[in-house]
Amino acid sequence: MKSIHVSTTINGDAAEFICAPDESLLDVLRNRLGLTGAKEGCGTGDCGACSVMLDDRLVCACLVLGAEAEGATVGTIEGVANGDTLHPLQQSFIDHAALQCGICTPGIIVAAKALLEKNPDPTDTEVRYWLAGNLCRCTGYDKIIHAVQDAAQKMRSA
Amino acid sequence: MKGESMRFARPTTETEAVEIIAQEPGLTRILSGGTDVMVQLKAGLAEPALIVDIKHIPGLRAITPEAGGFRIGAAVSGAELGEHAGVRALWPGVVESAELIGSTQVQGRATMAGNLCNGSPAADAVPGLIAANASARIVGPEGIRQCPIEDIPAGPGKITLAKGEFLTSIFLPARPARSGDAYLRFIPRTEMDIAVASAAVSLTLDDAGIVTAARVALGAVAPTVRLVPAAAKAILGTTLDDAALAALTAACSDACSPIDDKRGTIEFRTQVAGVLAKRAALIAYSRAGGKK
Amino acid sequence: MAFDNAPKRVFKVVGTRPPRPDGVDKVTGRALYGADVSAPGMLMAHILRSPHAHAAIVSIDTSAAEALPGVKAVVTAADFAPQDDDFLRDVQDNCMARDKVLYDGHALAAVAATTPAIAKAALRLIKATYNALPHVTDVDAAMRADAPVVQEGRSLETVPDGMSPNVTSHCEFGHGDLAAGFAAADLIVERSFTTAATHQGYIEPHACLASMTPDGKADLWCCTQGQFNVRTLCAAMLGMEASQLRVTASEIGGGFGGKTTVFIEPVALALSRKSGRPVKIVMSRDEVFKATGPTVSSSIDVKIGMTSDGRITAAEAHLRYSGGAFPCGTVDMGAQAAFAAYDLSAVRTLGWNALTNRPKEAAYRAPGAPQAIYAVESVVDELCQKLGLDPLDVRLKNAARKGTKSSYGPTFDDIGLVATLEAAMAHPHYTAPLASGQGRGLSAGFWFNFGGNTCVSLNVNTDGTVGITEGNPDIGGSRAAISQMAAEELGISYDKIRTIIADTSSLGHNDVTDGSRVTFSVGLATIKAAQDAVAKMCSRAARIWGIDEDAVIWHDGAAMPAGPNAGKFPPMTLAEIAAVSFNTGGPIAGHYEFNADGAGVSFGVHLVDVEVDRETGATKVLRYTVFQDAGKAVHPSYVEGQMQGGAVQGIGWALNEEYIYGADGRLQNAGFLDYRVPVASDLPPIETVILEIPNPGHPYGVRGVGETPIVPPLAALSNAVSRAIGTRLNALPMSPPRILKALSKG
Repeated sequence: MKSIHVSTTINGDAAEFICAPDESLLDVLRNRLGLTGAKEGCGTGDCGACSVMLDDRLVCACLVLGAEAEGATVGTIEGVANGDTLHPLQQSFIDHAALQCGICTPGIIVAAKALLEKNPDPTDTEVRYWLAGNLCRCTGYDKIIHAVQDAAQKMRSA
Repeated sequence: MKGESMRFARPTTETEAVEIIAQEPGLTRILSGGTDVMVQLKAGLAEPALIVDIKHIPGLRAITPEAGGFRIGAAVSGAELGEHAGVRALWPGVVESAELIGSTQVQGRATMAGNLCNGSPAADAVPGLIAANASARIVGPEGIRQCPIEDIPAGPGKITLAKGEFLTSIFLPARPARSGDAYLRFIPRTEMDIAVASAAVSLTLDDAGIVTAARVALGAVAPTVRLVPAAAKAILGTTLDDAALAALTAACSDACSPIDDKRGTIEFRTQVAGVLAKRAALIAYSRAGGKK
Repeated sequence: MAFDNAPKRVFKVVGTRPPRPDGVDKVTGRALYGADVSAPGMLMAHILRSPHAHAAIVSIDTSAAEALPGVKAVVTAADFAPQDDDFLRDVQDNCMARDKVLYDGHALAAVAATTPAIAKAALRLIKATYNALPHVTDVDAAMRADAPVVQEGRSLETVPDGMSPNVTSHCEFGHGDLAAGFAAADLIVERSFTTAATHQGYIEPHACLASMTPDGKADLWCCTQGQFNVRTLCAAMLGMEASQLRVTASEIGGGFGGKTTVFIEPVALALSRKSGRPVKIVMSRDEVFKATGPTVSSSIDVKIGMTSDGRITAAEAHLRYSGGAFPCGTVDMGAQAAFAAYDLSAVRTLGWNALTNRPKEAAYRAPGAPQAIYAVESVVDELCQKLGLDPLDVRLKNAARKGTKSSYGPTFDDIGLVATLEAAMAHPHYTAPLASGQGRGLSAGFWFNFGGNTCVSLNVNTDGTVGITEGNPDIGGSRAAISQMAAEELGISYDKIRTIIADTSSLGHNDVTDGSRVTFSVGLATIKAAQDAVAKMCSRAARIWGIDEDAVIWHDGAAMPAGPNAGKFPPMTLAEIAAVSFNTGGPIAGHYEFNADGAGVSFGVHLVDVEVDRETGATKVLRYTVFQDAGKAVHPSYVEGQMQGGAVQGIGWALNEEYIYGADGRLQNAGFLDYRVPVASDLPPIETVILEIPNPGHPYGVRGVGETPIVPPLAALSNAVSRAIGTRLNALPMSPPRILKALSKG
């Protein structure tokens, strides 16, 4: 299989890689670029643990070909904090004990960030439906919703 | 080795796309949102020789007003469609059906055209498009043609497009005054599931609230999404009174020929399809300005 | 272990909610899980799995696979040491089939290659020939005399003669005169129930990286709940000594009991040994569902007699469980837990385990209890409905208390069941009005909780900070709780303490993180290790002051003279003693190793309101409240997290989750699309009420809490739905087609 050379932007930095035509963006991030924050929970778009931003859209990286990143901008969990300052969502998750094992946390934070950028004042129901594609098996989602709403409130008053 | 010769192409014009596809003797898969293709690739269900990403062909990501309706490019995602106030106002049932496909993440990529061309009898976008009398613009080696959406599904996983053809856009026609559409599906959870049964209803009323035109389409209860003329007939000339709704429900259940599988039983699907059609009809009626 | 003092009642650090030490790593994506590491020269491996539910392996020809360029090693069962011990042999045969494949997805060969694509291609070149055999996947069918036999000669002596060879064990518990008890009842309800197998559903698939060198030493990185258990099992299978194999536990992306054993780890080690290179294996989601350890499936009969004023006079349960294709003892725990919440004079539980052509069971939160208690609590609820009695009143009337002889033998010490029942009774949820189409259900629940082998080492750094080394992977926030208990005992601030989880070379043996044992056992050991360090620091202060060791006490983080007669010396803080430790005898540490007992049982009660759509059978969960006795909640947020997480797993189990087998014996729903775990939009907030009835077996009164919360939801949901639709349901999951069918019949 002839490899494809891809030039893209990841978390604001120019990046290049080569990949097989059938390699997913998730495979590329984890295995070629060392960005293991996005996780493979299912490989079929059913769990959301691989959530990333692609050209400002929330997507599952397992459902995108690495080749499609050409000329696009990719945002991963590794780019959410601002240097050594955690994003309000990240801080809120810690403060509210909104994670236990933490495997779903990167995907949920990327997804919640996308929500709040689009809708800074969502209802609990809107938060739950937006996050329906992010499975969590540990928390029962309760503290996650609290954490997202608390971060939203802090971001609105900032 | 399997897939050793798989290639990835990214044409920048429609002509280039048609040529690339026509020259490929082996299996070609069109890549729009990729939410079905990627799953099938990973499961080894599809071993294409060529994947063609059509998202960079001009116009395929556009939504354009046309003849009172809208032409929606084949690469427009569910999320983009949902953000378009014009389409949402004209055909809310179609838009809400597209927005039910998968998760927020899937919505960011999945397209109605891809949903249709994947050929699943449970495809969420298809009943609403059929009820809306939508049509597709198809290009191929023999040229360009238009095709009603209901003529495209041919069976589970099968569509009537010829080798080398692909969809470039879906046309949603103008909607007459005092009409409305709605789509409902049954899933065991609140999100994320494949429809176990679904129904789309589009109808038009006169000034007295009497149904003068209707189209009813059912999903997941037959080898293809099914337009059910008998169901439409059951509500024509009525104001959706109880008798009309009962006749609608019965006509829908009669039109079902579903399977037993891990998602639902024949009995369950048949019963629920009727219930969904009734509820969708009531929503469409209210959207059309009908009062109950 | 009994403590002379009543458990400590006033706390400074225990009971607060400090941030967890792994929080920043996890919210930034920096934390390393099983699949997140690589090694130079690493090979990727894939596993060949049986497409048959049951077949004899006629031959496996791996020559073409071995010859494929890029393939560096191929292994089969022949590459593992023969095992005399039944238990070890079963684990090994499950990792790699020997002679027969016993379920759809059973591993029979594995390939390590330079790329995943080559490894996958090599699998297709392996020629495996099978002789398909009749299969059985249903537990009742498997117990019939004419059932296809999954394994011969596995029945224990406890099994009565004349049963199918698939029946591997039988157990019986209870006391009293059942006949007299039933004769005294005003109403007897007798019902049968079935529950489908479910999976823990952890979001992280199993993953490991094994690296063996030609001198026979190996390093293994894996996501596991028990690195010492992994070492024991892998060493046995690879014929290694414990000290040769160092197992490091990664951060774990969920386990719930399913990562307490091995599946891919011995395979990776064998491939690494054969190839001389590191080998990484990551399971796909499909493989996780097909070939790791789901729960038992069950078929249960329950018969309970009650007087018209709500006193249970006799109770009997027959439990038929199947733990898959290998013998499984989970029915014993189910049989013991079934009636644990009740004070009964006549009670009997009988259990059987039967083999089926399904994957080998592994623990899932309170293994065996959810099924049995679902059945029992459903019958109790039906009796309450028929007799017109309040279900909480009836539980209170019959509740086990301190001094009750339990249905499974031991007499209870202080327990929290009554407290949870009374809290539920007093809670606004219990009396909130219900609209038509809605129903309210409740259930009590129980888990034994365990102690186990535990080691902790506590080291005092010269700058006054403290490092704690423990050996139990953190699946719920235990590192924070352990640091809190140490801070409490030492009298220093929480942020001076760092707790880490050691690899198997760095500490003595620790039993697996299971049985809700960590906060209890590791916490207890930490307290003891802290006391050990405190004794040493007091001794150092005594030496510095030139007084007797017995004259020094520890108070509020400092050593001080015991009284005015001991001498006028200002207190020396931990930091001050540590700073001069090199001059007073050397580095200061405390440690403790033991096999803990005295774990306290944890009772819980769950209340749930549902609304059922009568035209479609869809159930909406409207309101959910969890009441549970934690003994002492060290970190209340993490106790709440266990209550909420377990409750939601139980909701999924009750409403939608199940293993679906086709007539061909193959699993039909091996993915998150059709194995339906709850999503955020399915659920209301999960309210929690923590009760604290201290466990006399722990210095702070701690009880394990992690497992009990999965037990009550099954019957609570079933009782709620049954009351909402006016018909009793007796099978799980209560998926919409089942509910709609019950509605059309009723």
